[in-house]
Amino acid sequence: MAEKSNVQAVHDTLQEEFRRDERLIIIGEDVGVRGGVFRVTEGFLEEFGPLRVIDAPLAESAIVGVAIGAAVAGLRPIAEMQFADFSAPAFEQIVDEAARIRYRSNGGFGVPLVIRMPWGGGVHGALYHSQSMEAFYAHVPGLKVVVPSTPYDITGMLRSAIADPDPVIFLEHKATYRLVKGEVPDAYYTIPLGPADVKRAGTDVTVYAYGLMLHHSLAAAALVEREGISVNVVDVRSLRPLDAETILREARKTGKCLIVYEDNRLFGAGAEIAAMIAEEAFDDLDAPVMRLAGPESPAMPFNKPQEDWFMQSPEKIAVKMRELAAY
Amino acid sequence: MATAVTASRHLALGLGETDLVAMYRAMRLTRLLDQRMWQMNRIGRAPFVISTGGHEGAEVGAAWAIDRRRDWIRPYYRDLALCLALGLTALETFLGLFAKAEDPASGGRQMPGHFSDAGRRIFTCSSPVGTQFPQGVGLALAARTLGTGAVAWTFGGEGATSTGDWHEAMNFASVHKLPWVCVIENNGYAISETAAKQMVVKNVADRAVAYGMPGVTVDGMDALAAYEAARDARARAARGDGPTLLEYRVYRYMPHTSDDDDRKYRTREEIADWRRRDPIDRFAEVLDAAGIDVARRAEIDAALQAEVDAALDEAAGRADPRPEDGDRHVYATRLAEGLRG
Repeated sequence: MAEKSNVQAVHDTLQEEFRRDERLIIIGEDVGVRGGVFRVTEGFLEEFGPLRVIDAPLAESAIVGVAIGAAVAGLRPIAEMQFADFSAPAFEQIVDEAARIRYRSNGGFGVPLVIRMPWGGGVHGALYHSQSMEAFYAHVPGLKVVVPSTPYDITGMLRSAIADPDPVIFLEHKATYRLVKGEVPDAYYTIPLGPADVKRAGTDVTVYAYGLMLHHSLAAAALVEREGISVNVVDVRSLRPLDAETILREARKTGKCLIVYEDNRLFGAGAEIAAMIAEEAFDDLDAPVMRLAGPESPAMPFNKPQEDWFMQSPEKIAVKMRELAAY
Repeated sequence: MATAVTASRHLALGLGETDLVAMYRAMRLTRLLDQRMWQMNRIGRAPFVISTGGHEGAEVGAAWAIDRRRDWIRPYYRDLALCLALGLTALETFLGLFAKAEDPASGGRQMPGHFSDAGRRIFTCSSPVGTQFPQGVGLALAARTLGTGAVAWTFGGEGATSTGDWHEAMNFASVHKLPWVCVIENNGYAISETAAKQMVVKNVADRAVAYGMPGVTVDGMDALAAYEAARDARARAARGDGPTLLEYRVYRYMPHTSDDDDRKYRTREEIADWRRRDPIDRFAEVLDAAGIDVARRAEIDAALQAEVDAALDEAAGRADPRPEDGDRHVYATRLAEGLRG
């Protein structure tokens, strides 16, 4: 058992997998000499060489497109988007190509590809280093979109993502990279891509969250516990596939549901979770399904007052928990 | 004297009689299928057709340089002759035309002409052609890393060379000196837009300069010239000297697709002029020089026509895809119980 930060978990898991399987390569910007802007591939170039650790030209569509071809022809590529925001130029390769290749070839070709993307705000990243991209990709059949938020989950789910025969968008919340630490067992284990995880058991309100919002929701749950409100926190660590069974079971348990997400609210991932609960657990609800999410501005501002305005915090989440508990 | 020069051509290229007959067959089969498919569209039996007419010489020439045991091929939707030369059959072509369940490319999911064949390493086509180039470069990257000795070929039209993806692919392949051949079949039109609306430079091949890559412009109506240039490009890639941009000057006789009307953007005279340079007619000179006479060609033509007719009837009678199979092959395996997506 070792305590690791989230970013250490990504680094160590990738390194172990690179040692286990020579077919693994990583293609991205600054992944080689620099070891990645977040130090995720620190030491990789030295250990695995330039054929496997590829500093790509600054062209995200090519990074993903080349990775698709390499995956089809027998390698297991990891494509790194330096920031999730920068994946926009690769949108066509991800959505129209990677996601469809198995389908359009009627099972002839598959794309075993992991696209890693540091995402999320709260780091003074401003408009182009803070974005939530999950809703764009989670909408697409053929992709898997996962958002693990603890070192334990990151380790187990990154192993599964690398072993998966289909394209996986692997989202890593950059604000949690060094903020969140946790125990990781020494023994090898995996966590399947799909199942959600109840991170805190409670009886009054069920909260659904992922990424930094998961950790803020857990902090908020601790705040309101002193006031006698028992909060159940579900980590929605996979958006596609989405764990309907756990989501509905945990909704029925309390009858009061709050979905917290960092993205702007309209058409975000929380809308799908809310719709599922409203459609299928309606008879067990004691309050309207509520959402707490970002404002309808096109991106996150750089200045602190407006960044705070955009982001949810444990205090803001606690207000909503109290409102729902009192309903 | 002219005959002597022509005769020495195929021999100088190392092509024997068997090669020439097979090349002729592939070109003729393409032409016959093409005409029959267009006819099927016009009588209402096929909703959509893409014609290859005019491109046969370039594609078959390129196909003859491909190492079928190991190379990866990323065709585009006008590459029927290429795929037939690589082994696609008339029956498979019609299964695609009629979108039958057994269509080897996509089980009838994609439009006709969107080739795919895992066994022959013909990688599934997209409709937006530009996306294919970075993927082709990725196939080359894997070939180099795995040491398979394969060369990756990516095909497209001149319109696709305006996309960012094409330029990103050219750059990536060149920076990493990959075993890649980029083949552009420049027929002068991207639907209605002439090449002059795609680029200011005279040739697509001129664009290679910016990537420090050789760019070669070849008369694509001449199958032997097409073969020679492709052979040289492959040899360069296989030696580890990096990618080549190969531009074939060709022409498409028919509109962009069966849904297009080309009368608004080009003259009938222009088409007639290009038809006088027809790659199959020109190949007759090569056959003459090799002693493959008219009677022998007529036999081949008759056999091909019978093959096409039989394949059409056979394909038309095969099963359609079932609606309940519409969600197959979204992922490698079905999702576990309780999961959605």
